[in-house]
Amino acid sequence: MIRQLTLAVTVALGLGSGAALAAGKAGEVTDYHFSFEGPFGSYDQMQLQRGLQVYTEICSACHGLQYVPLRTLGDPGGPALPEDQVRAYAEFYEVFDPTLFDGEGDFRTATPNDHFPASNVSNAPDLSLMAKGRAGFSGPYGLGINQFFRGMGGAEYIASLMAGYTGEEKEEAGAILYENKAFPGGWISMAPPLWGDDVEYADGSPTDIESLSKDVAAFLMWTAEPKMMARKQAGFTAVLMLTILSVLLYLTNKRIWAPVKRAAKETPAE
Amino acid sequence: MSGIPHDHYEPKTGGEKWLHRRLPIVALMYDTIMIPTPKNLNWMWIWGIVLTFTLVLMIVTGIVLVMHYTPHVDYAFASVEHIMRNVNGGHMIRYIHQNGASLFFFAVYLHIFRGLYYGSYKEPREVTWIIGMLIYLLMMATAFMGYVLPWGQMSFWGATVITGLFGAIPFVGDTLLVWLQGGPAIDNATLNRFFSLHYLLPFVILGLVIVHIWAFHTTGNNNPTGVEVRRTSKEEAERDTLPFWPYFVIKDLFALAVILAIFFAVVGFMPNYLGHPDNYIEANPLVTPAHIVPEWYFLPFYAILRAFDDTVWIVQFASFITGGIIDAKFFGVLAMFGAIVVMALAPWLDTSAVRSGRYRPMFKWWFWLLVVNFIILMWVGAMPAEGIYPYIALISSTYWFAYFLVILPLLGVIEKPLAEPATIEDDFKGHYAKDHGDAVADPTPAE
Repeated sequence: MIRQLTLAVTVALGLGSGAALAAGKAGEVTDYHFSFEGPFGSYDQMQLQRGLQVYTEICSACHGLQYVPLRTLGDPGGPALPEDQVRAYAEFYEVFDPTLFDGEGDFRTATPNDHFPASNVSNAPDLSLMAKGRAGFSGPYGLGINQFFRGMGGAEYIASLMAGYTGEEKEEAGAILYENKAFPGGWISMAPPLWGDDVEYADGSPTDIESLSKDVAAFLMWTAEPKMMARKQAGFTAVLMLTILSVLLYLTNKRIWAPVKRAAKETPAE
Repeated sequence: MSGIPHDHYEPKTGGEKWLHRRLPIVALMYDTIMIPTPKNLNWMWIWGIVLTFTLVLMIVTGIVLVMHYTPHVDYAFASVEHIMRNVNGGHMIRYIHQNGASLFFFAVYLHIFRGLYYGSYKEPREVTWIIGMLIYLLMMATAFMGYVLPWGQMSFWGATVITGLFGAIPFVGDTLLVWLQGGPAIDNATLNRFFSLHYLLPFVILGLVIVHIWAFHTTGNNNPTGVEVRRTSKEEAERDTLPFWPYFVIKDLFALAVILAIFFAVVGFMPNYLGHPDNYIEANPLVTPAHIVPEWYFLPFYAILRAFDDTVWIVQFASFITGGIIDAKFFGVLAMFGAIVVMALAPWLDTSAVRSGRYRPMFKWWFWLLVVNFIILMWVGAMPAEGIYPYIALISSTYWFAYFLVILPLLGVIEKPLAEPATIEDDFKGHYAKDHGDAVADPTPAE
């Protein structure tokens, strides 16, 4: 109801968000289903853990997550790894510590208080906010209606990109470009990262390209929006409380005005 | 205070009398909260309270955000992520502040169009209107500078485009641009001064809001009929009005609660819907985004800015007679600010003796066309300036100016208005008699 109401207001005022146009000549983005969609959707903890595994074994070779503190892997509403696993995971990474080596800085093993490292490769963008920095859906005609019903489509864009390689390559200005159906413009400089069965899941979940793509996209949605569950909870509470307050104020208002309106009815205008 | 006769505060206890002789602050508060208010105000009169609340909401959330934000080009983006990830409740405070700007402009546009329809800008409320326009201008400046602070791609490039407008001013433009930016380009100096002003201007707005309220408390509220409250005696005034407390306070609070429920649904379930994904990419002076699009609330005026390019005859004409001093870019800037200036001049451009659009049969059509036109401008402002869009923008921009400069002055002469009710009381009674199907004649023809 509230979504419908907001839609009515939004559409009525033509608040077609600028975001609607962000994608420009967008590629083909598949509207994958994710567990975190909609007002009541939540992250699938197991999927986030699988996505973390894909990120760690494949993406992290080039891409970083510099805004994400490692300790948040243990936070509720996320992958929620046990504390000892978070500590063990942090030890995979080396971070630069400027306080070491008499203030000249040196590398040391990461602890949960450190962040994920930044990208290893200069033209590999940081992935911390990738799922919010891209919009998979737009339109129609700049009205933002698709984004209203299907979401911004950041995770869908990432999953579509991972699964969108056609296998075609071309060389341009000394660089190899790979054809990708989801990438705006159609040609991307990132080599296909996933081929299927790239990782082995402990829980035996499917490891075809599409499943891996969706898992890592879900994980990157969490890195971009780690407090989503708390936010939806707060939003739900706020809407509920304000709805109750509205009803009480409506009744108060009706009662206060009743004698005034009655008087207006009973003594007609001269 | 309002010139409408009503009961004033009388200090009763010894303590009250002691304070009242030295500082009549209780009397001021009493007279403000008990001000006689026209009974027949409809639901479009709730936006003032919504706007006041939103201003306070923005100041409170903003002050908390400042405690954790770092105004430096190297740290600003990361400090916002720090707020989103590490600060307790920071993600909610930030999203409330971010979407609060949209609530603010949503409410202010409805508030402004309310004033335009019911003639609230007309004598004797011109000063209220002008102060309102100043508040609106300051809101735009504040929102623009606030949008720069997260130092995302759209922050940076939006700032580049908008400050660049000042560079289009002949003779002083380049100097002015360097002075505004604090250097030859958008950089740390720009971020710091925008941060400083983004903190300052809301308090200037707060001051103007108090003056805005003072002004319309002096003249009394307008109302849907545009007919003034009778002021010859307290008894007569009381038949047209009710005290603000509790009648309108409770009504406004009810409306506010409903609007906030919708607002929190947006914040909780779709906080980035009205934003731009590019602003989640850190500012990079070397990479220009594919489309630089302002926030939705700037789009109508952004459309007017872009509408006047050098293919438009009036631009070519202006350029010719000024010997090239007014080029297309400067013309666009003049048009954008001019669009707000003509709106601010509405009290003197509208020649009709009838205040409310309710009794102006021709005005109504032109007014609703203006509303539709505003929505079209908002939409076309977000579209790329190619194909058919520039023509739509040009036609819509022209209508905006025509409405204020041609239609409002002409309508007052050629339009034959309907009869207004004699009093607010008649309007109020007529409304409730009709509402309940009673056999009471509509008071309007009887007058």
